Amino acid sequence: MSDNIENIELLGTIGIFVSTPDSNSPQIRQQGSAMPFGNTHNKAKMNYDSDQEYPDLSKHNNHMAKILTPAMYERLRSKETPSGFTLDDIIQTGIDNPGHPFIMTVGCVAGDEETYEVFKELLDPVIEDRHGGYKPSDKHKTDIDPANLKGGDDLDPDYVLSSRVRTGRSVRGFCLPPHCSRGERRAVEKLSIEALASLTGDLNGKYYALKNMTDAEQQQLIDDHFLFDKPVSPLLLASGMGRDWPDARGIWHNDNKTFLVWVNEEDHLRVISMQKGGNMKEVFNRFCTGLTKIETLFKERNHAFMWNEHLGYVLTCPSNLGTGLRAGVHVKLPNMSKNAKFEDVLKKLRLQKRGTGGVDTAAVGGVFDISNADRLGFSEVELVQMVVDGVKLLVDMEKKLEKGQSIDDIMPAQK
Amino acid sequence: MANSFTRMMSGRHTAVILASIGAGTLASGYLLSDHVAAAAERTRLYPPSADYPDLRKHNNCMAAALTPTIYGHLRDKKTPNDWTLDQCIQTGVDNPGHPFIKTVGMVAGDEESYEVFAELFDPVIKDRHNGYDPRTMKHPTDLDASKVTSGMFDERYVLSSRVRTGRSIRGLSLPPACSRSERREVERVAVTALSGLKGDLSGRYYSLKEMSDREQQQLIDDHLLFDKPVSPLLTAAGMARDWPDARGIWHNNEKNFLIWINEEDHTRIISMEKGGNMKRVFERFCRGLKQVEHLIQERGWEFMWNDRLGYVLTCPSNLGTGLRAGVHIRLPILSRDPRFKRILDNLRLQKRGTGGVDTAATGDTVDISNLDRLGKSEVELVQLVIDGINYLIECEKRLEKGQDIKIPSPILQFRK
Repeated sequence: MSDNIENIELLGTIGIFVSTPDSNSPQIRQQGSAMPFGNTHNKAKMNYDSDQEYPDLSKHNNHMAKILTPAMYERLRSKETPSGFTLDDIIQTGIDNPGHPFIMTVGCVAGDEETYEVFKELLDPVIEDRHGGYKPSDKHKTDIDPANLKGGDDLDPDYVLSSRVRTGRSVRGFCLPPHCSRGERRAVEKLSIEALASLTGDLNGKYYALKNMTDAEQQQLIDDHFLFDKPVSPLLLASGMGRDWPDARGIWHNDNKTFLVWVNEEDHLRVISMQKGGNMKEVFNRFCTGLTKIETLFKERNHAFMWNEHLGYVLTCPSNLGTGLRAGVHVKLPNMSKNAKFEDVLKKLRLQKRGTGGVDTAAVGGVFDISNADRLGFSEVELVQMVVDGVKLLVDMEKKLEKGQSIDDIMPAQK
Repeated sequence: MANSFTRMMSGRHTAVILASIGAGTLASGYLLSDHVAAAAERTRLYPPSADYPDLRKHNNCMAAALTPTIYGHLRDKKTPNDWTLDQCIQTGVDNPGHPFIKTVGMVAGDEESYEVFAELFDPVIKDRHNGYDPRTMKHPTDLDASKVTSGMFDERYVLSSRVRTGRSIRGLSLPPACSRSERREVERVAVTALSGLKGDLSGRYYSLKEMSDREQQQLIDDHLLFDKPVSPLLTAAGMARDWPDARGIWHNNEKNFLIWINEEDHTRIISMEKGGNMKRVFERFCRGLKQVEHLIQERGWEFMWNDRLGYVLTCPSNLGTGLRAGVHIRLPILSRDPRFKRILDNLRLQKRGTGGVDTAATGDTVDISNLDRLGKSEVELVQLVIDGINYLIECEKRLEKGQDIKIPSPILQFRK
């Protein structure tokens, strides 16, 4: 047995190439080329036919399961990105989480920027499906100039309890959370700490490493609703994002507690601007200013954000491509939410409802989290505009229903 | 019938054979250098010290044994199937452990893991198995059930008796690392072999994926069904991937011989029955195991085994015999006696709740089984359990009568 091990290791180091039995073009599986962090690195699987490896997706309802076919699997199964991310790595979360008949999850993740290129045969149709028909040839526009937002400073604070805008950013040159090594994750954290430490004025703030925070700091962050915890969602865990927790994870926030950055949670960076009340314009202002400053600081350190003109900002989950932006409010809609037309109105306004705990939670006391449904194919300004205009209308409808009036005459057209 | 050459061609050594007969074709130079350059750059940017895990809050065998030096030696190594040290230790990094319970903190992805990463596995094995040194010692295997004596317990105390172990199929990756096709191959090999069992061992396979609701309910009622692992110790090691694909349960018609397929190991074999006839349980266990081994050998397969580590399983804690022989026993007075723990320790026994590992005892019933797995044979361990349980029953009887009990002297181990 040890003889064989020596032979194989030797073959690896002197670079013998082996073709896979079932592909037309030669593929390399050279030892030493791949990063060992994926959970599906396995040479032996290439000794089996594609059919024998193909996952059972018969009970699945997610975008990946709808798009993947045995033929596609066969074409892609021997590929890998330069850092060693494979098809099986991409789809593991979708295999392990069949989904729900009513909620269509994405079912795949990227391990690095190149994933979207090397595996475009799978990811382009997934993106098209998820992002309302966005084609591989489409271009995405980025606009984070807050001056372009009209209104948004006058949402009724009796109904709109809080306003929030969040997005994500990935740092070019590092693998993404499903695939990164501890060294890479720490390097992302170090860069982030340096960059954020240079913010000043109302963006002056402090970093709290999850690993090192005191009990008092932890309690304060919980009370402020800032603290993120180790992911428990199987959607995230199955993709490997929970590895090495809490190493190199942390939270930065400004002294005013209105601008917040999560480091190494589901993406390299999640950037959040928020405040009580309905002044979305101010929230968006701060969001854009802060983001632009952070981007400049990263660029000064020779690390741009992952971005291209087709996909916009590149993030771990294909659902967050483009702007990665979710602009939303917590708004009281006890009457509207019981109205038969509620879902239809949301759909027309291109808005989405969630419970007040965020994704996959229930609404409490008639208070809903209302945010944009889209991420890709619209600019940041356009999406926030939709939220501002849409929430205004919803509040008007709520007020009418309170007075027993009909809302039929103010039903919106499809955006 | 697959001979060893055919099996090799469809197994892991195909790459070697194809390369050596010149069947490999050269890929484009650009692709090659792209990968090699990327790898070299990463090694330069991230030396082992950059990746060394933070284990300061950890209490498991891996964290106790790992050092930056060992990590430096092993980080860039791989088994022939591309399994790495980081993958072995991920579960121990992600699960710091508990101050009172020292978990192992690492798993093997394949048989070769124990060789390629011996520099870390050996001290972990020594720690977990009470000083057993795989570098110098040999593990005895003995499945001759006739050697066991006094294996019939007083059924006023012992409610049920059970022996379990695991077996891995040589040539296929272990649950943390296996691909879907490998896992399905394990299922095929095992189920084919089991269909050859006869007499009191003849039985049926229930695939987790395909069982009907009624079958599922029956298996639950019989306490035979296993479910998707939720323990983070297991999920962090990647063992729950692709659930429930290629997982299943086989049991004989009498429901006293049971095989779990592709749960935490390739196979887990369980012999059990109500009452105190441990001898019969062990006898059926040995007989069934030998027959299954014979049936897979007929088709050119064998179990992972070597004389250093005995039977090779996913978790280092199960090396050697992989054997846990135990009873559900009522010891209302003794279990409340402050000397109980010490008595168990000296007898090399362990108590668990009646739900198995990491559960609490219900009522007065506890699960008592052997602590050791490696360094003693199956016969020795089962005899140890039999003698130990008989001693505990004696203690309970004495306490019932108001008599005093003695703490037995500790059973010798290899350490000192």
